Amino acid sequence: MRVHLDAEKCQGHNRCYALAPELFDVDDYGQAVLIGDGDVPDGLEDKARLAASNCPEYAISITD
Amino acid sequence: MTDTVENKQTAPEPIIGPSPEGTELWEREPYDAEDYGEVADYRTDFDHAWPGYNPNAPEVWKELRESGCPVAHTDRYGGMWAPITHDTVHEVAYDTDNFTSRSVVVSTLRPGELSLPAPIGVAPPISSDPPFHGVARRLLLPPFAPKKIAPWEPEVHALCQRLLDQMGDIEPGETVVDAALQYAQHIPVNIIGRMLGFPEEDEDLFREFVHNTLERINQDPRERQVDDEKRLDLYIERQVQDHIENPRDDLTSYLLEAEIDGNKLQPEHVTGSIILLLIAGIDTTWSAIGSSLWHLAQNPDDLDRLVNEPELMDFAIEEFLRAYAPVTMARLVAKDNDFHGCPMKKDDWVLLPFPAANRDPKQFEDSDKFVIDREENRHAAFGLGIHRCLGSNLARLELRVAVQEFIARFPKFELAGDTRWSVGQIRGPRELPVRILETA
Ligand code: SF4
Repeated sequence: MRVHLDAEKCQGHNRCYALAPELFDVDDYGQAVLIGDGDVPDGLEDKARLAASNCPEYAISITD
Repeated sequence: MTDTVENKQTAPEPIIGPSPEGTELWEREPYDAEDYGEVADYRTDFDHAWPGYNPNAPEVWKELRESGCPVAHTDRYGGMWAPITHDTVHEVAYDTDNFTSRSVVVSTLRPGELSLPAPIGVAPPISSDPPFHGVARRLLLPPFAPKKIAPWEPEVHALCQRLLDQMGDIEPGETVVDAALQYAQHIPVNIIGRMLGFPEEDEDLFREFVHNTLERINQDPRERQVDDEKRLDLYIERQVQDHIENPRDDLTSYLLEAEIDGNKLQPEHVTGSIILLLIAGIDTTWSAIGSSLWHLAQNPDDLDRLVNEPELMDFAIEEFLRAYAPVTMARLVAKDNDFHGCPMKKDDWVLLPFPAANRDPKQFEDSDKFVIDREENRHAAFGLGIHRCLGSNLARLELRVAVQEFIARFPKFELAGDTRWSVGQIRGPRELPVRILETA
């Protein structure tokens, strides 16, 4: 599973960082950044899905 | 019939187009709130500041949706539109070409060219449009980023505990406290005042500023006279002066030292941003805390679950924010446009009721139901698009800690009388008597 972040769409709601801090970090401006290259480690699939389905700006997407 | 047509023809031409040159505030059509009175049909006469609106807003939205009216209208305020579905609210929030943020609080008067040194706007960045908006916003983002806000958590806990202590002796089953007046209202005002570096004893004054700005919208601003010592602009001038003489580690000094392209901010930018920070975070978070406690007071099952399953808290907070979002924003139409068949004219008001969007069944399953562990929750409580609430991390922290501390102290409580709701764009309980049934 891979997780993608569209930095253009991200408005820094920080839902992803709150729900899946293993996958997302925030920069000094409160904008989301991916930890690593977007490959979702085993066991974190649910958290990735949770982050994606709680982003109000639809900035996160998931591919297999 | 003929009469009406003739009357319409002789009615004064509304001013359409830019505000009359050199005006600070202007009125498109002479407006008198008294002429309107009770709202009979929200589809054609929508008024968010009608006192009956906030207490019953979810029913109003439901009725509008079910009658197939995604965008309501009214002649009040010189003409205002109110999109109420998630799609239409989303569309307006994203379309900064057709909708300007010059003024985000609907009032009888519109800001004119003089009161509004474009492109800054009266309270940047909330009142700014791109491209200046991005610059002003980027400046304010760092102090409100999650990692800068997190260290305030112990302070918020201590404050909430102090407020609970101040309620005095509690006799379970007997004692009634006002969760809005004795608790919720004190939390955001204390924290933002301290972040700005203003004296703690001025809290009552801040709340009055907010009230004047947000609740008295049916009064002509020129008539909202207040004494000098209660004038927000003069107060902030004094605080700014004090910070110029004694710089310290707070938001006011941060703004005074900040630079855009190597230049210090213009004085009106500093003052405007302080006004924004002071006004924006107070009524809003107070409302969110109050509404959440109002819900728990009436839903003992949810209260029980929250007390016994603290791991639900983060989901519950988002659900409180969805179901009881406090903030409705507004825009002015920037140029004539056809919006889903609505002929919007330049300088019409457009309301942005994010709380209504949050109840749209097309966007949320069981949208009118409070689901304490709702898994998918893309709510718009903090807005959508470039104006996402700058203080959302602080607001979330205050809301979560306020609920945690209240239910830790009072694991059982119920409504004990009438809730009084706010009037205007910020929706939440202003008086919330609850009877304490159990203390920890
Ligand atoms: S939840 Fe969405 S908008 Fe918010 S920080 Fe994450 S990616 Fe950005």
